[in-house]
Amino acid sequence: MTAKILEKQRLSEGVYLMVLSGAKIARKRKAGQFVVIRIHEQGERIPLTIADADPAKGTVTIIFQVCGKSTSHLSDLNVGDEILDLVGPLGKPTHVEKIGTVACIGGGIGVAPVYPITQAMKQAGNRIISIIGARNKELLIMEDEMKAVSDEIVVTTDDGSYGFHGFVSQALENNYLMKGIKIDLVVAIGPVPMMRAVCDITRKYNVPTVVSLNSIMVDATGMCGACRVSVGGKTRFACVEGPEFDGHQVDFKELIDRQRIYLADEKECMDHYCSCKLGKGST
Amino acid sequence: MDMKDRLKIPRQPMPEQEARVRARNFDEVPLGYTPETSKIEALRCIQCKKPTCVEGCPVEIDIPGFIQLIVEGKFIESARKIKETNALPAVCGRVCPQEVQCEAKCVRGKKGEPVAIGRLERFVADYERATGEVAIPEIPKKTGKRIAIVGSGPAGLTVAGDLIKLGHEVTIFEALHAPGGVLVYGIPEFRLPKAIVAAEVDYLKKMGVKIETSHVVGKLSTVDELFAEGYDAVFLGTGAGLPIFMNIPGENLNGVYSANEYLTRSNLMKAYKFPEYDTPIVRGRNVAVIGGGNVAMDSARTAMRLGADKVYLIYRRSRVEMPARIEEIHHAEEEGIEFHLLTNPVRYIGNDKGWVIGVECLKMELGEPDESGRRRPVPVKGSEFVIDIDTAVVAIGAGSNPLVQSTTPGLNTNKRNYIIADEETGQTSREGVFAGGDIVTGSATVILAMGAGRKAARAIHKYVMSK
Repeated sequence: MTAKILEKQRLSEGVYLMVLSGAKIARKRKAGQFVVIRIHEQGERIPLTIADADPAKGTVTIIFQVCGKSTSHLSDLNVGDEILDLVGPLGKPTHVEKIGTVACIGGGIGVAPVYPITQAMKQAGNRIISIIGARNKELLIMEDEMKAVSDEIVVTTDDGSYGFHGFVSQALENNYLMKGIKIDLVVAIGPVPMMRAVCDITRKYNVPTVVSLNSIMVDATGMCGACRVSVGGKTRFACVEGPEFDGHQVDFKELIDRQRIYLADEKECMDHYCSCKLGKGST
Repeated sequence: MDMKDRLKIPRQPMPEQEARVRARNFDEVPLGYTPETSKIEALRCIQCKKPTCVEGCPVEIDIPGFIQLIVEGKFIESARKIKETNALPAVCGRVCPQEVQCEAKCVRGKKGEPVAIGRLERFVADYERATGEVAIPEIPKKTGKRIAIVGSGPAGLTVAGDLIKLGHEVTIFEALHAPGGVLVYGIPEFRLPKAIVAAEVDYLKKMGVKIETSHVVGKLSTVDELFAEGYDAVFLGTGAGLPIFMNIPGENLNGVYSANEYLTRSNLMKAYKFPEYDTPIVRGRNVAVIGGGNVAMDSARTAMRLGADKVYLIYRRSRVEMPARIEEIHHAEEEGIEFHLLTNPVRYIGNDKGWVIGVECLKMELGEPDESGRRRPVPVKGSEFVIDIDTAVVAIGAGSNPLVQSTTPGLNTNKRNYIIADEETGQTSREGVFAGGDIVTGSATVILAMGAGRKAARAIHKYVMSK
């Protein structure tokens, strides 16, 4: 169905929040699920995590980083504009239960998908330690929102411009695991190298770790297999069996390779989009 | 013209795009009969008193009837005659395996060639559409009954067409953004132009069928919720939407696709028009397609059109066991697809960046017949060899997508997770829930799904009217 953009906010350099109309999805969605959007008739289908939803208002919030043509185009749209197709909620919801202390870790744009999970884990009565990070202070998003649903929060920046100087994985090890602080579950979402680094550490300390994978998808209903990922030596479909998997079982090398399939095409498509935009501007 | 002369007329050939040219474009391959050739071909039909061709048609089209109208030059009336029992003649005229259905039963085929029923069906359907004289049948008084149809493929469209004509309120829920199911995501443009599917869907909409696209039943709503919303019956026509892989090493390498993904990118998302359309597809120079069915042929011919130098079709049995239509096999060969028969992939070889660079295969020989009645392929020891490739498409069949079954309590499925439904009525283990098409039978044909849809529509009508 078509969705209207009701709100748009720039959260940081190249990172945007949009509130979309989507009453049915807002009622149905659970933490950890995502939507697929197609902006216009020539558009591709791209999966985006549902960062938040308001069943009363009938809205769905997405947060995205401009990284290719479709996200660039999306960021050029404004309040009142329409998105041709919005499908969801897709994927399995996060398994939420009271287990004790949960560390919710978000790197870069990954804070957006980790937020609804943190919210749900908090509501289930868990003690929440949040660790969120970005390359620098300007790129950090949703600090206040995360604070509001956390018992403790650590902020990290790669360049030390704010908070802990280093990666989220290092903060997890130095501030908690190395000190023997008990963590029952880690939920880590962010760039694949970040999730891999977190998993390498939690494996050492035997802490169960859930990661949410942003594989390439087309239909996102289990029909095409574009999103397949090796988990524990078995092929799984991230769109219907995920997007969350046991991080200690995920073949991250394969995932990184698979995310690079269309790099050259993405550049070509982006160049095409930019030249079209320039063309339109001059006439 | 007397019967003797009519018997002398040879089967009229179908004009086609030349193989070398068409192998590099996505335009339709057969160009269609002219009114003149149609009339000549129609004269070949001897108007049997007991037409056996009709027995071969899963939707029981009055074949001699529509052919006689062509003889009389009443092309539009002829199209309407077909539409009495088949809502999608332009589609069926193109993708039905007539050679094993109506045309296989044509008495003219006993001594020579059967009447080209499919080509004639296609001609009148195209003629009607081109003239813009597509008539909307009169819809009887509303019954007040509401039917939900899950999936807008051939089965769902047929059920929708039949039930709207009976005065019911019909809504189709489609998971993808465009209606048509396999007709839009699976079958390529060069075999079934998408404008034709759109026109057929449009016809249903004009009759009053509502279509809700981007609505995934099993996610956004469940079958039980549809009943709670007031639907009186639900038809499940969700298709065989689950790719099957061989589970051999290297299948997750970059450049290895399921046929579902490869064809969906090209057909539904129009990746062949990249970058005008945003969805990319790997344009391999050396492409291996694994399988011997129509989907394998479609994948191989798509790869050629995307600019491949070499396309290898790798099939573990021999030519006679290929499930693809003869016409598709023939077209693929004409277009330069190289067949590696009695050959089976055992692993894909990748480079350090995770891209496929080769496929290792084994030669096979045919042994004793297996449960399918076909001779079982058996590996020849020590026959390993490697084909250099940069793209592979796995087209060895599809399974059942579990989204609906897993969210519908009480819906019985078989061990392969296909829905168990009565062959004559489509009735499932749940009251008011009917099913038909590939989600019941496993991957089959468009027309069989339509036949199942027709039967289910009858049963649904009976069910809702008796409630």
